[in-house]
Amino acid sequence: MAEEKKEYWRWLESRWTNPNINWRQAKIITGGVDVGSVSTQAVIMADGDLYAFANMRTGSDSPNSARNAFNWALEGTGMAETDVKYTVGTGYGRVNVPMAKKAITEIACHARGANFMYGPTVRTVLDMGGQDCKAIRIDDKGKVESFLMNDKCAAGTGRGMEVFSDLLTISINDVGKMSMEVDVEPEPVSSTCVIFAKTEATGLLRQGWAKNKVLAAYCRAMAGRVNELLQRVGVVKDFAITGGIAKNIGVVSRLENLLGLKALTPRHDTQLAGAIGAALFAKGLLEKDLKK
Amino acid sequence: MLANYGYKDGSGDYFIAIDTDKCNGCAKCVDACPQSVFEMGDDDSDPLREEPVARVSGEQRKKLKYACAPCKRYLTTLSGGKTEETMKEIEKLPCVVSCELRAINHSW
Ligand code: SF4
Ligand code: SF4
Repeated sequence: MAEEKKEYWRWLESRWTNPNINWRQAKIITGGVDVGSVSTQAVIMADGDLYAFANMRTGSDSPNSARNAFNWALEGTGMAETDVKYTVGTGYGRVNVPMAKKAITEIACHARGANFMYGPTVRTVLDMGGQDCKAIRIDDKGKVESFLMNDKCAAGTGRGMEVFSDLLTISINDVGKMSMEVDVEPEPVSSTCVIFAKTEATGLLRQGWAKNKVLAAYCRAMAGRVNELLQRVGVVKDFAITGGIAKNIGVVSRLENLLGLKALTPRHDTQLAGAIGAALFAKGLLEKDLKK
Repeated sequence: MLANYGYKDGSGDYFIAIDTDKCNGCAKCVDACPQSVFEMGDDDSDPLREEPVARVSGEQRKKLKYACAPCKRYLTTLSGGKTEETMKEIEKLPCVVSCELRAINHSW
């Protein structure tokens, strides 16, 4: 019998319902669906508060991924799709969200979502997503003041981390923690480009480097790379990180050292920022429609 | 809102910044640029805004260094970056000149 190949990169999918909200008493129910290249999130908000969410891996086609996540978010709530009065799609697959009335770019949604998740003091948001990385400066309402998107390659992204976790056969949930278990911080790998870094890491392993040391060198390189991006938009307190890599202590703590600044502690799953922002915009758009 | 499009690589910074608060959507930059770097589209930062603004096209964002090279002959003698001489040359670029509202700037 063939042994099943262990998938080290596989992170935990999750769903949640807010036990303190009775949606039947809510006036406005809106949805937000963020279809990213790696993960898809659906959130339901009741009167602008987070009611339920689902966070899943993006499948091979966007409309199905959006539908699966949306249905999973509704599961067990007794709510039907028609109870959600307005849904906005965002992310890379935003035009392929069947239940969405409107698509909004992820920059605006991440800014708005970070404002909700971290409060009005946030001025600089770093989103480290599955396949790209954005630095966004926002005001106290969550409106974008400036942004920068790293358009060149997958450096500093969740995808890169997945490749590493697979190469080193260490679960994606542990790579950050393991990278901290080094006595002396090694030099960063010279490239954060996933393909080059992978070759470099293989070489280091062959030279006898321990896995945690290789991880440390990679996390450090990733932190250095996103730090450069952040410097271009300028870092102003408070600082917050969204996206999957925000859960990776190995990258986050090294970045905090480079910046000399602590990132705010998240109140919600950091991968939800885009979907939360989308659901908040949906509320604004619905209220605008109702006034007409 | 200041939208920075482009990238940084081993050889330098290649960013075009568009100030969408200044941009009125006149599209003169789209006509002025020989490399079709600009396009009109939604304001990424403000989804409730109805009027289109100028953006750097998705295709050109990844290769601005090469797209703009013909316009930037000054780079053969100047080092680029934010020196006084380079900034004077940036002022003369077709896109920067075309924008009467001064919404466009370059980093190199
Ligand atoms: S020329 Fe200036 S104002 Fe006109 S569309 Fe381009 S950036 Fe906007
Ligand atoms: S310098 Fe300006 S006009 Fe010339 S190619 Fe670049 S964007 Fe276009």
